[in-house]
Parts: sequence; structure tokens; C-alpha cells
Amino acid sequence: MAKIKSLDDLRVMKESFQSKINLREKGENPGSHVQIKVAMATCGIASGAKTVMEFMMEELEKRGIESVVTQTGCMGYCYAEPTIEVKLPGQEPVVFGYVDTKKADEIIEKYIKNGELVEGIIPMNYETIDN
Amino acid sequence: MHLLVCGGTGCRASASDSIIEKFKTEIAAKGLENDVQVILTGCFGFCEKGPIVKVLPDNTFYTQVKPEDVAEIVAEHVIKGRKVNRLLYIDPTNQEKISDAKHMGFYRKQIRIALRNCGVINPENVDEYIARDGYHAIGKVLKEYTPAQTIDIIKKSGLRGRGGGGFPTGLKWEIASKNAADQKYVVCNADEGDPGAFMDRSVLEGDPHSVLEAMAICGYCIGATQGVIYIRAEYPLAITRLKIAIKQAREYGLLGKDIMGSGFDFDITLRYGAGAFVCGEETSLIHSMEGLRGEPTNKPPFPAESGYLGKPTNVNNVETFASVPVIILKGADWFSSIGTEKSKGTKVFALAGKINNVGLIEVPMGTTLREVIFEIGGGIKNGKKFKAAQTGGPSGGCLTEKHLDTPIDFDNLIAAGSMMGSGGMIVMDEDDCMVSIAKFFLEFTVEESCGKCAPCRIGNKRLYEILERITNGEGTMEELERLRNLSLVIKDTSLCGLGQTSPNPVLSTMDNFYNEYLAHVNDKKCPAGQCKSLMKYVVEPEACVGCTACARNCPVNAISGERKKPHLIDTAICIKCGACIEKCKFNAISIK
Repeated sequence: MAKIKSLDDLRVMKESFQSKINLREKGENPGSHVQIKVAMATCGIASGAKTVMEFMMEELEKRGIESVVTQTGCMGYCYAEPTIEVKLPGQEPVVFGYVDTKKADEIIEKYIKNGELVEGIIPMNYETIDN
Repeated sequence: MHLLVCGGTGCRASASDSIIEKFKTEIAAKGLENDVQVILTGCFGFCEKGPIVKVLPDNTFYTQVKPEDVAEIVAEHVIKGRKVNRLLYIDPTNQEKISDAKHMGFYRKQIRIALRNCGVINPENVDEYIARDGYHAIGKVLKEYTPAQTIDIIKKSGLRGRGGGGFPTGLKWEIASKNAADQKYVVCNADEGDPGAFMDRSVLEGDPHSVLEAMAICGYCIGATQGVIYIRAEYPLAITRLKIAIKQAREYGLLGKDIMGSGFDFDITLRYGAGAFVCGEETSLIHSMEGLRGEPTNKPPFPAESGYLGKPTNVNNVETFASVPVIILKGADWFSSIGTEKSKGTKVFALAGKINNVGLIEVPMGTTLREVIFEIGGGIKNGKKFKAAQTGGPSGGCLTEKHLDTPIDFDNLIAAGSMMGSGGMIVMDEDDCMVSIAKFFLEFTVEESCGKCAPCRIGNKRLYEILERITNGEGTMEELERLRNLSLVIKDTSLCGLGQTSPNPVLSTMDNFYNEYLAHVNDKKCPAGQCKSLMKYVVEPEACVGCTACARNCPVNAISGERKKPHLIDTAICIKCGACIEKCKFNAISIK
């Protein structure tokens, strides 16, 4: 890996990572990439987030849906673990709580395939700061 | 089209179930079931104005919706596309109606600063951190600011230590920077030990790089080239993610020699703690890092003069560090515009106990307890009554109903007889016995006292024994007096923060719930019905039909009686397990 030699180097890298992430999130054409984040802090894993993440990866591939499944930290909704965030191309991300493999299956079939929301949505109730 | 109906407990209590029902029938009646879906969601965090209905894709946000309003929403909004104005939220600041939920940011009680990347980025990928301005703060500091200028920014921001004491961070850095030495150390205190607290773990698991970056900034400020994270071994995932983060940062040259061509060297290692509570206290922590027993020593000398290996050492908590990079990038004025006069910024709380939305929240300083518990937390479980919230863990105290509208900040909490602590907040309802709660925390401190000084080692044990006698119904009024006096002596004479604060739960419950103590001592009763020794199970003869269900299910055969005749519980044998109450279909058994 190349070393970062200066703040300008870092800024250039940021741009390239950001555009990579944007590309992943928005996709080149609508419907190309679905992005899924699974909350994988200790609490999420203890509630079964790993199983859900594996299920998502396997099933999305089996069902031929182009997607990126990544892990992330605690989203803060401990009462509703495991939680996942699904971002369809060109849309606002949606967080689902109480996700087991059955729920994950429903999310794939209804929301990811048809854009139909399913129960278990956790509305975002905090403000983000733009860095 | 989607209709999202809030299914949080608060909204459910005010009829969100029947609203959903009505929407479904109304939509079916109009033949729209293929076009419109009705979805139950989690809590919107706006319970005061519930039930909430949100319409997608236009983001319309209806508040205080009643089942009677459903027909109108369907006829007007769903079919004709016209918003139902009278149900829109009215902005309290200018009395304007807000129709689009996107413009309702102000109703959100939370601002995530320390948690800004938690649940957003992949913590095991440094690129995602960099994409969100990661390591830009250290880059900026190294290129544009001198150490003194950087310390000045932190001082001006008003950031105070998030680990409990609330000491001004900038001042702490300044003191450490002024002590000349050939080597200095930056230590991150990740020895989170309060029962029910998990803020630091979540930050380390969700955003480890922010802590590494801030430690490097601190190192630059105080003139240290070595950082150490003291983390308890019982946080394996946080340790794994920190190791990955350190490795990735080194590969990019963001840790190590000559960071970003500035000539500044900084590296970080991990040191594991075995989970002793006292090691959260900075002198004990330093001794533990040195391989000695985790015991405190008198201050002064402060770690800033003589800390790890006798060198000047700056110790900050995880959440404090996590706030630093944002302050550098967004400026001291931005940070100090959030919060109260003397407590700036936000605080992360771990909500636990009898609360609906158990979880991790981050609110501006000055948010009231009512907002935290009843808005963000979704209220008390099972519709019970709020009794108290313990902040500051075993060193803190309880806040009661009269404190619900007090803005939460460092100074107000101390004035209310509690403390900020690291941010654990345990919510208690009417079923919790406050004497037992005090006993629970005392049991914890007795277990965790390192034993070095007598007041803490012996005094806390005596306190615990008195509490045990009170909850067993053997307490006397003299003992109540002794409980208070001994508490004050322990506070005054203990060596370190652990002993100096351990009697706080006792004093604060005595101040706020003295009647409960009196009931245990004088009436030999536990008002909350929690103290087993003070409970008696009895059969109400009028209600008992003699079905024998209780007698058959009693594990110790304490219940006797003939079929179809009232039964009797032998209180000498009864172990108060409650099995009979569960089995009785006639509510004929009560606790006295």
C-alpha cells in the first residue's frame, strides 16, 4: 500500500474513495447495485447479525441481484437487533430492525426486488453532521 | 405509495394498531390494495406527537393521527393527492405547517458527533473513514497549526472529559504539554466498567480510526510519540477492530514515522486490562499498564507530571478522543454552539433498564431527562410509571420525577446529587425497590474495591451489610443514621475516585426515597414488592375456588387444602417463587 505523504495526498485519496462509494451506492444504471450494511457490533452479532449477513450474501448472489453487503458498527437500535440498512440505487437508505433470515428473505423479495416496503422499518431519528 | 404507521410503544398505546386496521379496510374498499401498502414501523422518536403517519414517496408527515382521520387521509391524500393540512406538524418556532419530513430535522433530538461514523462506515476499512474526512484533522493540524494553536482550539471548544469527571480536555493537554521530558505518553482509557454502559465499546467497534487519529493529534499537542490504548480483554471485537485499524493506518503512513511528511512520529500499541473497575481510575490504570497491581496512588503527582513509567502522560476517554477530529475540522465555535453554557457539545448515553428503546443515543448537552426517556427512549416498558434513572453508574446517583425537566449537563447532574459519569443511564420503574438498587451498586463496589485503603475496603462492606439487614426487615432507625454517617465518612476519606463516590447511590436514594427506607425499617414492608424477605404470599379465601392448581405447582409443597375449598400457604415453608400466582386463574393469591 502506498504511503500518504501529505494532506494533499490524503485529499486526493478521499476524492477517489468517495467516488468509489458513490459509484457503489448510485450505480451506473438504475437497479445496478443494492447496498446493504449490517450492524456488526458485539450486540448485533450476539443477536444473530452474522447469520443474517451470510444469508444476505448467499441469497442475493443466488437470486442474481447485484449487490454489495458490508459490515458496519452499532447503529444504536439495540432493542431491535439485528439491524440492517438497505440502500436501493438512487433512493434514501432504509433501516430495518429485528431482521432474522425470514425477515431478510422478505426484504429481498419485496423491498429489494419490487421496492415494496416491509414491516420493521426504523425511522432515522438523529441528525447527522456533514464532515 | 406507502403509508408508514409508527409502531413504537407510545404510538401503539394511542391506537396505531387500529389506525393500520382502518387504513387497510379503507384502501381495500377503494380497490387500491395493489398500489398502496400500509407498513408498521419502529419508533420515530417523536412520541409526544404520536401516532405518526408518514406517506412515501412525498415524505408527508402527519402527527396525532386518530382512527377517525384515516378515511380523510385516504380520500384526500391517497386518491386526490391533496395533503390533509390540519394533521401536518406545526413548527413551534414560527407556527408554520411543515409538510415534508425532510424539513423536520429540528424535531430530531439527537445529533451524532462522537457516533458520526458508527453504523455508517465499515470499521475494518480505512478507506471508508478517509472518504468521510478521516485523518484530515491530523493532516490539517500538522500542516497548519502549532501544538499551542491546536490546544487553543480544543480549549475554546469547551470539550470536557467524557469519562466521568468532566475535566476540560484542552487544559489537560496544556498541562501535559508544558511538562518537559524526553518521552511522554498519550493513553486512551477504554476500560469501560460501569454496569449497563457500552458507549466506548460501540465507538471502538464502529469507528476505531477516529480514536487513533485523535490520539495522534493529542501526541502532537503534548509532544508525545507513543500512544497506548488500555482496553479490557472482555471486549474482543473492539480489540480485533483496533488491531486492524492500527495496521491499516501504519500501512498508509498515518501512524509511524514522519506522518504526512511533517516530521512528526506517532505510533499506538494496545494494552489489555483484566476488567477491574478501579483500573478506570487513571493512576490505577497506569499502574496496571506498568504491570503492577491495579491500585490507585495519591494525586499529586498527576499523570501529566509523572504518569506511565514516570513520564508525563495524558489520559483521555474514548468518547472524548472521538469528538476531537470533528472539532478540528469544523472549528471550536461550531462545537461550542451546541450544548449549555458550561457543558459543550453532545453526550452519548447507553439507555438501559425499563425503557422501550434500549440503545445508544447521542444528544446535545442540555437535553432534558424527559426528552431522553419519553421521546428518544420511547417511554417506560409496559406502560409502567417512571420512578428514577441512575446516571454515573455505581459512582452516580438517581434522578427522579422532579429532575425530569432539568437540562442534563455536568453541573446540573452534580447539583441533582448524581453525576454525568461515562454515560450509562439505567431507567427504573415503579416496580423497582430503591433500597435494593442501592444494595446492588454497593455489592458491585464491594466486589471491585481494590482494598488498598480502609474506608473503601471496610466501609463499603459495612454499608452493604446494613443495606442487607434493611432489605431483610432487620434494620433499625439507628442503622439508618449510621448508614448516612458512614457514607459521608467513606466519601471524605477514601483514596481514589472509586471510594470517594461509591456511597453516592446510598445517599441519593436516601435523599430521594427516604420513605422507602422508612417502610423497610418501620413497617417491615417493601413498597415495590421486591424484597423477598418482606413479602408474604397469601390466598384470598373469598376468591379461591379450590382448583388445587397452586398446590400441584408449588415446588416446595407449601400449599395445602381440600378440593373445592380455599387453600392455605404455609409461610414458613414458602420460598416466594411466585409459581402459584402464575398458575392461579382466579387472582386468588396476593403478595402482602
